[in-house]
Amino acid sequence: MDLVLNRVVITGIGVYSCIGKNVSEVTDSLRNGKSGIGIDPVRKELGFRSCLTGIIERPKLKSLLPRTQRTKLAEEGEYAYLATSEAINNAQIDENYFNNNEVGIIYGNDSSSLAVINSVDVMREKKDTMLLGSAPVFQSMNSTVTMNLSVIFRLRGISFTVSAACASGSHSVGLGYLMVKYGLQEMIICGGAQEVNSYSMGSFDALSAFSVNHGNPTKASRPFDRDRDGLVPSGGAATIIVESYESAKKRGAKILGEIVGYGFSSNGEHISVPNVAGPTRAMELCLKDAGIAPEKIDYINAHATSTLVGDEYEAVSIDKLFGESKPYVSSTKSLTGHECWMAGASEIVYSMIMMENSFVAPNLNFENPDEKSAKLNIVSETKSTNIDMFLSNSFGFGGTNSAILVKKNNG
Amino acid sequence: MKNEEIIQKINTLLVDEFEVEADQLNPSASIIDALGIDSLDLIDLLVLIEQNFGFKVETEEVAEIKTLQNFYDYIIKRLNGK
Repeated sequence: MDLVLNRVVITGIGVYSCIGKNVSEVTDSLRNGKSGIGIDPVRKELGFRSCLTGIIERPKLKSLLPRTQRTKLAEEGEYAYLATSEAINNAQIDENYFNNNEVGIIYGNDSSSLAVINSVDVMREKKDTMLLGSAPVFQSMNSTVTMNLSVIFRLRGISFTVSAACASGSHSVGLGYLMVKYGLQEMIICGGAQEVNSYSMGSFDALSAFSVNHGNPTKASRPFDRDRDGLVPSGGAATIIVESYESAKKRGAKILGEIVGYGFSSNGEHISVPNVAGPTRAMELCLKDAGIAPEKIDYINAHATSTLVGDEYEAVSIDKLFGESKPYVSSTKSLTGHECWMAGASEIVYSMIMMENSFVAPNLNFENPDEKSAKLNIVSETKSTNIDMFLSNSFGFGGTNSAILVKKNNG
Repeated sequence: MKNEEIIQKINTLLVDEFEVEADQLNPSASIIDALGIDSLDLIDLLVLIEQNFGFKVETEEVAEIKTLQNFYDYIIKRLNGK
């Protein structure tokens, strides 16, 4: 018997980021090219080379969650809870749905360092682990988001965390897509979360990969621009409800888009220096999985983080595959900074918003191209245009690459 | 510290830190069932006792505390050096 593959659709999105605390606020920021980047003065005291970061307000969850559930959420778990609540509402799913259907969660997250750091402080000072209380163990594991959210939302399907550096969020959506495509689950909550507390970024700052444009924070993240000097770390959370077409139709849910391709690869080379071949292969596999020709892509949400080498290599890679058709390209990291473990998921949400509202958000601060980025069709100001299909790239340390292709729902 | 003050301090901690409703603070109430405190919350309660009353509670001793009154009595006894 032939294997019947499911069509995989997106029926809900939610986001909590430095450019907005929900889809509506984020839509305005994307359209208006509003940056969410600022200065964290604590980093100066801690000896950071760069104090630039996405500025995010810590959510107040006291009225939303009982103490027992709230206290076990790490910072990024709080963001993920809000983004997921919004996505569930957006998908028109009520609480009973999870009691009567097996729904899973696959979320990207690759650190939860503050609880670890605080626990070590207490142990070193007091020499008594009992004083840590019950919360740190549930806050400090990489799976903190999925373990907490599956309890809060009473989920009974697949539940695990994807840790794949800055491609975590993208791989989570890719794995959710595969599970639904092959009929293993009807619905999976996918996404990515990223902590932004000062301590969590110290070891990354040590690599001198961050921009030091302290004089002009909103100009600091400038992917593809000739004068870029590094990335700006950021965070938050973004959630995507991935569901089979049949399930969405049965529920009468609004279909926001269809995931038609997932491509992945590893570079097999350097731990932090990217290359051209790996990302190219991931994008090629994604197109092959979808059975789509490159010229069908209207928009590419680039991984481009504003680092010298990374942006250059991605530009070469995109030009290699899309040099003929020249789709619009922008990196929303110019507005948000690099949302790391969350980025792959949030950038799908950002692109979904653009597709729904027929515009491409600007690649902020793209003032002068370099030799490689000059070959791309980079959008530097908000552009009104129809998007029928977009590609979202995410690449991470260790050379892990992920590309997701999403198509507009045309019935 | 007078016994009434100790009881008041415990009640304030339960209301502020564990979000127990003030009208649930019946001395005969079972800590786990009536106050909605689970086994993990009990661990946090030990931390709060140490931070607020300055002595360490062994987990074995907690097993004997069933009701709110048991809890008051235990703290009062420890504070009185018994």
